[in-house]
Amino acid sequence: MKAMKGMKAMKKAFAPFLAIALAMSYAPPGRTAAAPLKVAATTEDLGALAREVGGDRITVDVFSRGYQDPHFVEPKPSFILKLVNADLLIVVGRELEIGWLPPLITQSRNAKIQLGGQGYLDASQNVRILEIPTGQITRAMGDVHPAGNPHYWLDPDNGRRIAQAIRDKLSELVPAEAAYFAQRYADFDKRLAEAQKRWDATMAPFKGTKVVTYHRSWPNFAERFGLNVVGYVEPKPGIPPTPSHTVELVAEMKRQGVKVILVEPYFDVKTPEAVGRQTGAEVLVMPPSVGGVKEASDYIKLFDYDVNLLATAFKRLGL
Amino acid sequence: MLVVVGVPRVSVAQSVAPASVERPETSVNAPQLRAEIERLRNEIDQLLRQYDARLQTLAQQLEKLESRKAGNPKGVDGVPASTEKRDSGNPTSLATDAKGSNGPEGPRGPEGPGGAEGPTGQQTQAQVPPPTQPPPTQLPPPDQPPLQTQPQSLSSKVFNPDMSVIGNFVGVAGKNEFNVDPAMQLTEVEAAFQAIVDPYARADFFLSASPDGLEVEEGYITFTSLPANLLLKVGKMRAQFGKVNALHTHQMPTVDRPLVTQNLVGGEEGLSDAGMSLSYLLHNPVIFVDMIGEVYHGDSEVFQSPERSKLAYVGRVRAYRDITENSNIDLGTSFAFGPTGVGLDLAPPEGGVEAPLLNKRLFGIDATYRYRPLRRAIYRRFNVRTELIWSRQELPDDLHASSFGWYALGEYQFARRWYAGARYDRSARLLDDTLTDNGGSFFMTFWPTEFSQIRGQYRYTSYAEGITGNEFLFQFNFSIGAHGAHIF
Repeated sequence: MKAMKGMKAMKKAFAPFLAIALAMSYAPPGRTAAAPLKVAATTEDLGALAREVGGDRITVDVFSRGYQDPHFVEPKPSFILKLVNADLLIVVGRELEIGWLPPLITQSRNAKIQLGGQGYLDASQNVRILEIPTGQITRAMGDVHPAGNPHYWLDPDNGRRIAQAIRDKLSELVPAEAAYFAQRYADFDKRLAEAQKRWDATMAPFKGTKVVTYHRSWPNFAERFGLNVVGYVEPKPGIPPTPSHTVELVAEMKRQGVKVILVEPYFDVKTPEAVGRQTGAEVLVMPPSVGGVKEASDYIKLFDYDVNLLATAFKRLGL
Repeated sequence: MLVVVGVPRVSVAQSVAPASVERPETSVNAPQLRAEIERLRNEIDQLLRQYDARLQTLAQQLEKLESRKAGNPKGVDGVPASTEKRDSGNPTSLATDAKGSNGPEGPRGPEGPGGAEGPTGQQTQAQVPPPTQPPPTQLPPPDQPPLQTQPQSLSSKVFNPDMSVIGNFVGVAGKNEFNVDPAMQLTEVEAAFQAIVDPYARADFFLSASPDGLEVEEGYITFTSLPANLLLKVGKMRAQFGKVNALHTHQMPTVDRPLVTQNLVGGEEGLSDAGMSLSYLLHNPVIFVDMIGEVYHGDSEVFQSPERSKLAYVGRVRAYRDITENSNIDLGTSFAFGPTGVGLDLAPPEGGVEAPLLNKRLFGIDATYRYRPLRRAIYRRFNVRTELIWSRQELPDDLHASSFGWYALGEYQFARRWYAGARYDRSARLLDDTLTDNGGSFFMTFWPTEFSQIRGQYRYTSYAEGITGNEFLFQFNFSIGAHGAHIF
């Protein structure tokens, strides 16, 4: 008798669930063979590389805009809508998206793109990562990334490796198009290699040029193009400029004769400009991501823009 | 175990050094290097002796155990042989662990020039990873260069949940006869443990230690891989009734919770209970619509069920849409129904007649508008939110109280670390809808980093009885451990 009552209560308890489940149990139409693969990428850089490889066989949705600080993206529900039916999610990894991506993935109701799923690609898996901290890491160092600097896409060789990873993943997901992706990749690889020759030639005269950057966004870029980053406007990663650090920075820049300050487009230029006035250095707003400025509309054009911006400024400053 | 692992690594480095291979650290002066080598050699000899002895005892044990012919004893005297065996047996971990592998002879990237710059000290991993580590690097795809850049330091705790502890310290100054909060108090220490359970689910635990004791604030599993756009949560959790109820104390934009929450929706604890929550996402490209149905046991500040068959139910529909990339609107309507303990203590059963169970219905509407210019996202933000809540509480003798309350809150970020805001409050009392309290607050928050915040709030409250309160509240919120997700 008691059990009966319990059953009844159970039924009662589950009634709303059942009702909802039944009412909504129609499945949205699945992807047909010809339909393009749905790819979501957390940043425009990854989106751009996916487009290079995937061509018209994929559609790409991107979350963080190129002119936006990728650490501080809001987990908007509209992103969930893009994730629900995504076949592939490409992430920068190295905890860049830790503040906003996990809840989106949880809410996505998409088994494919869960961590470890077939449709989850961490682009940082086979690239060259710099600044992996060793020893004790604490937040006294600021907002450090324990798995290394996540701005690794700013080395064209890493871009190539990301494109390879995307090619392999896309081929795994759509084996029938593997040849297409391989061909697209080869084409991109060729164009990138040509562009790299161009960039290296442009930057060669400026090897070792000292610069200051706002955030630690540029270690890979600096390593690749021979820039010497001697200081940061931020006293520590993620910590806004402080007067005492700014004074030190000005002194250091004067001592070392640094003439260029690189600022990502999403940071306030007030402090860098003040530093520039005191040191005679020029402030360059340099996009670290595709879409950061209009001209940087794809991965190669991003470097075209940045390299050209630097070379022009260095020439002007007689460096 | 450490000893065994240590031997081959050191001996490899050792055998490389004299073989005239150029090492990156050739700039170190020679006598120092020689002394270092000497020291290492001594250490190795010592290790080898220990190793030898251990192997011998092991071999003896083996001999005792086996009567069959065995090649083992032979290998014992040739220690180098066994070292080699170990080398070939575990090439990956050796290659990455041994310092020599980072030298110029190591494999490089596809472009010579890039590789020639060589790895800087930053990429070199800590010398001795814990012995329990799996081989640190997955083999890269065939056409990719092996890079010594994988984060190995994390793997030792790879299966531990993300842990964080958040402290919430609140102080109050000023006069309020209704509010007996102490001048200063560590109101809550919240410990969070979060991880993925298996390919199908994740789990989140939040333990809350307060002056009232230790309790499970939330603890639930979320099934992330259900079909048909469903998401199921099972456990103890904060119900999805409106906005404020689902927020933890440290996620609130103010020190306190609005009057309407205090009066009608269970205050600080709120509607938080053991149960199940099923959410369905109405999939369409235009608008985000989430429909949530929840059932709870009925043991919270809002609902109290005396019987197993009487449960509490919560339903919510939430719609969200981006207006532009900088602004969006978020609307919700919520409903809750369940039994309450009201009257159980008031009406003593006469002649064995059980006091009737008195139910409560809650209905809420919430609206949020957010503005955050993406280019200036870390400096500027503006949010406004309002929640309207109607409560219908059954009272003894077929009476009921229909109470209404609401709040409106605006918050503006005017600098990278500074927020200022205001809130208006108004709410009737749960059991007496003729009594209405009013209030208002101004607050300002300073965020040194994402991990701590300092807040001050001036609060004026005018209670229905004609008593007024003027208070200044301040709050220190601080967290250590894993980086939590930002709230939205």
